[in-house]
Amino acid sequence: MKKSLVLATSLSLFLVGCSSTPINDSPKPSGPSASASEVSDDEKDLDLASLRDPDNILSKRSIYFDYDKDVVKAEYKDLVAAHAKYVASHPKAKMTLTGNTDDRGSREYNLSLGQKRSVSVKKSMNVSGAQDTQIETVSFGEERADTNCKDDACYAKDRRVDISYEKE
Amino acid sequence: MKKYNLSMLKIFKAFISLLLFSLIAKHAVAIEIIEISGGGTKQINIAVIPYKEAATDKGNNLMHQIIAADLYRSGFFRPLEVNGLINKPSVLSEINYPEMTAIEAQVMTLGQVVINNNRLKVNWFLVDVSKKTILTTMEFSGPAAQYRAIAHKISDTIYEKLTGIPGVFSTKISYISKNKGRYSLNVADVDGFNIQSVVSSPQPIISARWSPDATKIAYVSFEKKKPIIYIQSLVTGQRTVLANFKGNNSSPAWSPDGRRFAIVLTYNANSQIYLIDADGSNLKPLIQSTHIDTEPVWSPDGKSIYFTSDRGGRPQIYRVSSNGGEPQRLSFEGNQNLSPTVSPDGKMLSYVTQDEGRFRVALHDIQTGQIMKITDGPFDEAPKFSPNGRMILYAHKVKGSGELSTVSIDGVVHQSFNIQAEDIREPAWGPFTK
Repeated sequence: MKKSLVLATSLSLFLVGCSSTPINDSPKPSGPSASASEVSDDEKDLDLASLRDPDNILSKRSIYFDYDKDVVKAEYKDLVAAHAKYVASHPKAKMTLTGNTDDRGSREYNLSLGQKRSVSVKKSMNVSGAQDTQIETVSFGEERADTNCKDDACYAKDRRVDISYEKE
Repeated sequence: MKKYNLSMLKIFKAFISLLLFSLIAKHAVAIEIIEISGGGTKQINIAVIPYKEAATDKGNNLMHQIIAADLYRSGFFRPLEVNGLINKPSVLSEINYPEMTAIEAQVMTLGQVVINNNRLKVNWFLVDVSKKTILTTMEFSGPAAQYRAIAHKISDTIYEKLTGIPGVFSTKISYISKNKGRYSLNVADVDGFNIQSVVSSPQPIISARWSPDATKIAYVSFEKKKPIIYIQSLVTGQRTVLANFKGNNSSPAWSPDGRRFAIVLTYNANSQIYLIDADGSNLKPLIQSTHIDTEPVWSPDGKSIYFTSDRGGRPQIYRVSSNGGEPQRLSFEGNQNLSPTVSPDGKMLSYVTQDEGRFRVALHDIQTGQIMKITDGPFDEAPKFSPNGRMILYAHKVKGSGELSTVSIDGVVHQSFNIQAEDIREPAWGPFTK
């Protein structure tokens, strides 16, 4: 008279209770790394002091863009050229260019737009002699954007490419 | 009154024997009980009578409350106030039809819940009030811990019986939450209960996608300071890297058979769409351009891939054969169109359309090209079809933080999604499971 359904097996299939994977940032090496000889090698090979020197243009690391644009503006030509020259003259240097956008639009599209900006900066650096093998272009899209922006002055801060170096 | 009920019982008995046949038929024809409500929506008035059961812990919902909430959220039903009823029948013979008619019930459900040795058994009925006939009677049983799951199965059965469309109350969704700077990919029941964290990280997680068999989720994690695609089992928690190439690895899209992915890679150039086997082998470009090509999604038959590209200047929706070839532009209205998703029957696209500064969810009939905007914006994103194609789940921003909502595909029934978190985004709706 009644249809009996036993749901036990089908319903318990998707219990994910014990499967959560917490990921934590690996602690950043603070200051020089453990081995003294490595330190001096990196310091020498990479001239890390000039990257850190606040009076050196190499300490400046952000390039800002206009809305929905990937053109490197004239005001950043010197900054881009200085980093390109540094990369070209330090064969062991590894640079990452990370593109960013404001938080309007889709996350994946903004990831692509941030990438377009980092590629644009890379191309400018190629002109000044920096090799692709030493540069990785990536994007964080809108993931680091200020989500409370109400005007363009605020959005403008999110439309940028950040320069970082391995081992610095 | 008693006499009346007794005579009804005889009719029921006759009907129940007929019912056997209708239950054997896989998809029993839905009866038509439809009323135009004030909002212009077609809704069924249903009396969800409290099922007879021993009181559970305070704070836990009872079976009938879970069922009524499910049916209400679907937009197809108006659960009636039943607390004031004199008669709360749990078996057919106790039904007082004049009282049900008085509250304008078109259908009613009633039943009994028995928990014994951690086993749960529910005998329940769905009754057509005006015809005084049983539409469905079933006995569901399972472990007592599956209390809510069994309630959802009852909701699914009622929904399908009365609309002819499979219910989605037993399906799951995933979303990303951000809480105190920590990101978490979570899975929850579609009513927002039973939240489980799949993975959490201090760096962003985006673009989670369910495998067609609902046992795995692919997602993009920035935990290594760049986007890398992972696949994680929901059963064992084990995860593997699908793609970690130079540059960005993002936008995973499972093929309908679950064997392949469309993904987006950049190396040192713009975003491009590639195909790769689910084990990370056999990588090859789908199409090649100098522009942004991203957000691939497969048609249900696996023959086409829809994606977003800025090859025309602004981002628009395109379609290309999953064997590659020349893409065809599909979206022409609006300043930009992004984040395509395909309905389960393959006939509709939903995407985010932007004009006049507002980002809204649009529905696009692929055959006719007809477009309807079904949300109001201003910052709506990431639309996903329900597995039965009747609803769309999407994210929107309220004062800088994200929330989830659903909207019926006719744009009429809007509901905010019942999950409490500081900031939630990137929803995905898990497939039907059998």
